[in-house]
Amino acid sequence: MAWVNAIIQGILTGGLYALFACGLSLLFGVMKVVNLAHGDLAVVGAYIGIGVIAVTHMPFLWSIPVVLVLMAVLGYVLQRSVIQAALSRGELITLIVTFGLSIVIENGLQQFFTANTRGIDVGSSIVTSSFSIGSQIQIGWLPVIIFALAVIVLLALQYFLSASKYGRLIRAVADDREAALLSGVNSRHVFGVAAAVAFATVGLAGVAYGMSGVVSPTTGTDTILLFAFAAVVIGGLGSLWGTLLGGIVLGVAQQVGAQINISYEALAGYIIFLVVLVFRPQGLTARRTQS
Amino acid sequence: MTESPLLEVHGLTVHHGQLRAVSDVSFSVRPGEVYAIIGANGAGKSTLLRTIAGLNHPSSGSVLLDGTDVTRLRAEKRATAGISLVPEGRRLFPSLTLEENLKVGASYARRGPWDIPAVLELFPFMKDRRGQKTAQMSGGEQQQVAISRALVANPRVLLLDEVSLGLAPVIVHRIYDVLPRILASGVTVLLVEQDVAQARRVASQMQCLLEGRTTLEGRPSDFTSEQVEAAYFGLAGGNTGGAH
Repeated sequence: MAWVNAIIQGILTGGLYALFACGLSLLFGVMKVVNLAHGDLAVVGAYIGIGVIAVTHMPFLWSIPVVLVLMAVLGYVLQRSVIQAALSRGELITLIVTFGLSIVIENGLQQFFTANTRGIDVGSSIVTSSFSIGSQIQIGWLPVIIFALAVIVLLALQYFLSASKYGRLIRAVADDREAALLSGVNSRHVFGVAAAVAFATVGLAGVAYGMSGVVSPTTGTDTILLFAFAAVVIGGLGSLWGTLLGGIVLGVAQQVGAQINISYEALAGYIIFLVVLVFRPQGLTARRTQS
Repeated sequence: MTESPLLEVHGLTVHHGQLRAVSDVSFSVRPGEVYAIIGANGAGKSTLLRTIAGLNHPSSGSVLLDGTDVTRLRAEKRATAGISLVPEGRRLFPSLTLEENLKVGASYARRGPWDIPAVLELFPFMKDRRGQKTAQMSGGEQQQVAISRALVANPRVLLLDEVSLGLAPVIVHRIYDVLPRILASGVTVLLVEQDVAQARRVASQMQCLLEGRTTLEGRPSDFTSEQVEAAYFGLAGGNTGGAH
């Protein structure tokens, strides 16, 4: 029963990882930007939530739309300024620039919020309660809600990309930027919209993380970014549902590892990551080879 | 009685790094005409069209649309101003369906007679295949989709780059057969061709490029085949050929 429990908890954790990973996957799939500041941006999302609740005393759920909007604006502005400038100079430059962004964000957060850990106080509501299956398995409502949220976000992203006008333009620009320009498509604006969407998802992931645990200014690089990368690589680059599968595989590996020995939690996750890299480098769900 | 030109190119020079791909080329295209640019491989034809569309940047010279200087305008702004290029190699969006390709073309369209139903009438084979990815289509079909994608933007000037390249003659004819309907809708056409006979058949004005320079310019009927050949290959003895 303990193993079943570990697997269930792992699957649910996978939802959170997928929430982190989908924005990373989107930015890479569309712009070939490997965003090394992705984890820090999640932490920014969490701190915006914490800050908004502390200042306005609004119910924690109401902070989510505020985070989404602010992160989307931040995404658009950063894309149109710093990231676009880096992109015009080559893909490698974006690595350096987002790495620099990561350092700036981390130190900025330390300056304003100190290095203490904080969480988003969800009070005593449904999210802190849990239900049990049988006598040994206890499932918290919060991980279930976050998992459902991840599925909803992925469905929404898929709909946005496949059926909306901007989704179509994003795919067109990703396919052939010059041909899109010839159709009058402003590729910079389209990239900005893609970044806004990606940043909103990572902001949401940050808030979810802040509700289920605590964040500090360094959480972004030492935990979230690595897990998001692992989920994307396991699932397959550029595949949205692959990130969910990747997140679940990573989550289950960690929980099963922890079940064997609590100190194996992180190790088990990275072993799976490396095994996938060695035997299936295109990821579990990749349909086509990279051209 | 001369109409003012719709598209003017003045002394355009374009470099690819060290290479001078287009050298001091000038011409003007009047509304409603078909202007053809012929020349051998590497003569600078595609570079010239790409520069007019805003994808390449000239080292000197200017491009005017209806009297307005658009040389500094970015490619996407030129498209919305009314210059649509059907690029060499067609450049459809491979992960999009045929209909999605057309929708992207129509996203920032000017007002005018062309829309998706109209191009489906122009190339009826597309009707049944709207949901297909264009990568699986034949070259001729892709070319027709590419022309349609440019047309739905309702351009004032349609730039066609090597429409016939790599296609069977019968397909080339089918594509050129729609040209009169495109012209009748008020679109002006500037095209680039390697196929001289085809170009001479459809054009009202033409010019020949050789290594980036103009070697012949005028009405197709003004020149004999020998003169065109001389200009095309740069043979000495042609009375309009390049001086050596």
